[in-house]
Amino acid sequence: MQSRTKKLHWLDYVLLAIVLAVVAFIWYRIEGTLNYKWRWEIIPNYIVRWHPEKQTWVANLLLQGLITTIRISIYASILALILGIALGVARCSKNLAVRMLARTYLEVLRNIPPVVVIFIFFFFLSEQLITAFNIEGWARSIARQEDNGMWEFFFGDMRRFPSLISGVVVLALFESAFVGEIVRAGIQSVGKGQIEAAQSIGMSKPDQLRFIVLPQALKKVVPPMANQFISLIKDSSIISLISVQELTFKAVELVASTRAIFETWITTALFYFLICFSLSLLFRKLEKPSVTNN
Amino acid sequence: MIEASNLDKFYGKFQALKNINFSVAQGERVVICGPSGSGKSTLIRCFNGLENHNAGKLVVDGIEVYEGSRDIRKLRQEVGMVFQQFNLFPHLTVLENLTIGPIRVRKKSQQEAEANARTYLERVHIPEQADKYPSQLSGGQQQRVAIARSLCMETRIMLFDEPTSALDPEMINEVLEVMVDLAEGGGMTMVCVTHEMGFARKVADKMVFMDEGEIIETAPPERFFTAPETERCQEFLQQILVH
Repeated sequence: MQSRTKKLHWLDYVLLAIVLAVVAFIWYRIEGTLNYKWRWEIIPNYIVRWHPEKQTWVANLLLQGLITTIRISIYASILALILGIALGVARCSKNLAVRMLARTYLEVLRNIPPVVVIFIFFFFLSEQLITAFNIEGWARSIARQEDNGMWEFFFGDMRRFPSLISGVVVLALFESAFVGEIVRAGIQSVGKGQIEAAQSIGMSKPDQLRFIVLPQALKKVVPPMANQFISLIKDSSIISLISVQELTFKAVELVASTRAIFETWITTALFYFLICFSLSLLFRKLEKPSVTNN
Repeated sequence: MIEASNLDKFYGKFQALKNINFSVAQGERVVICGPSGSGKSTLIRCFNGLENHNAGKLVVDGIEVYEGSRDIRKLRQEVGMVFQQFNLFPHLTVLENLTIGPIRVRKKSQQEAEANARTYLERVHIPEQADKYPSQLSGGQQQRVAIARSLCMETRIMLFDEPTSALDPEMINEVLEVMVDLAEGGGMTMVCVTHEMGFARKVADKMVFMDEGEIIETAPPERFFTAPETERCQEFLQQILVH
C-alpha cells in the first residue's frame, strides 16, 4: 500500500481554493440572484420551544421528527435483522422450495425502486394488517389511558402508532432483503470443515446453525451490516411519503409553513449526518476487537 | 463395530470406492494407508455419514448408514472424528470447544462437562490452554484439542483422518504420542488413516492398504511391513520407508 502523506502540498492548497471558490460562488448566487432572505434565527425555535403553560422546554417539529426517525430506525433495524437472518438461512437451505421462495423475495425487492416497494407494501400490507388486528382502536385506547408514559417513551404519541408501525414494517421488509444477502454471504464464508466438525459430534441442524455457523457468520459481516443499517436510516426518509411523521416529513411541513427552505433542509441534513456519522464511528470502534480476535 | 460390504462410491463418473469389504471388531485398532487419492479418506468419512456410499451395505455400531438416514445423529454420537485440518471452532475457547458437544448433544450440565473437559485436556497434555482461543495455539496443540473434543463425547469408535498431515514436522510427535497413549489405554475402537508408519507399527492390530479405491491388502502389521504380498503394496512401502 502507498504511504499516505500527512502534510499538505501546494497543489492541495490550489484544490482547496477551488472548492472554496465554488462554494462562495453558489453562496453568491443564492444571495444575489435568488434574493433569498436568511432567517436562521427561527430554526432553534422549531427544534425546541418554550411551553408557556407547562413551563418547560418541549420538542418542536424538527426534534420530534428526529426522535421519530431514531425510533423507527431502531425498531426497523431489529426487525430487519431478524427477518434478514431468517432470509439468509433460507437462502442456504437444502430444501429447494424454501430457497426459491427466499430468492424470489430478494429479487423482487432488489429490482424495484424503494419508493414503489414502500407504496405497495403500505397499501397492500400495512393497511390490511392494521385493519385486521384493529391496531388503530387498540392504540387509541392506550392513548386515552392516564399512565401511558412507558408507551409514549417507546412509541411517541400513541394516536400515531399505526402510522409508526406501518413505517417500521415497511422499512424492515425492504431492508431485510439486503440484510439477508449479507447474512447469506456470511454463512457461505464459514468453512465446510466447521459444519463437518459440528456434525461429527452429533449436533442437530438447528444447534449447528445457532452455535457454530451463525456466530461466525455474523461476526464476519459486521462491516457490511453496519453500512446497511446506516442505509436504513437514510432510507427511512422515504417513508415520509406514506405520512409517517419522521424527520423528512416534519421538514416538509416546516418548509410549507415558514418558507425557510434552505435553513430547514440544511438543518435536516445536519441531523441525518449526525446520527449516521456517529453510528459509523461507533461501528468502526466495534469492528476493531472482532478483527483481532481471529 | 464396523461392517462394510461391497461399498461403492462415485463422484460423478469417477469411482472413489470400489467394492470395499471391510470390518473392524470392538477394541480393534486399524490403520489404513495408501497413496493419496486412493480413497482412504472417503472410506473413513463414510463411517460417520459425512460421505454417503452409493451401493453396498454399511453398519456401524449396529446402525445402518445410508443417505438420509434418521439415525445418523445417533450414530455420530458414538463415532468421534479427528480431521486433518483440526476444524476447531474458532469463535469458542478451548474449553467451550470441548464442552459444546457434551452440553448440547449429551445434555450434560455445564460443571460436569467442564470438569470432564479438563481431565481430557490433561490427557492430551495441555491443561493450561483451556481459556485460550484456537488461533492462539500451535498446530500440534490445536490437533490435540481436537482429539480431546472427540474424547469428551466419550464415543466408542474414533476415526482419525490423516491427523498429522497438516502439521509441521516438529509437532507430529506430540500428536502421535497422545494417539499412542489412547491406543494403549485400550477399549477404544480406532480407525486411523495415516502415513505415519512408525505409529502404525506400534499400535495397529490390522493394516489395510488401499489404492485406486480398492482394498489391496489387509494384514497384521508384522507381516504387512516385513512381507507384503502384493506388488503395489511393496512399492508403496518402499517409497515411504526409504527416508
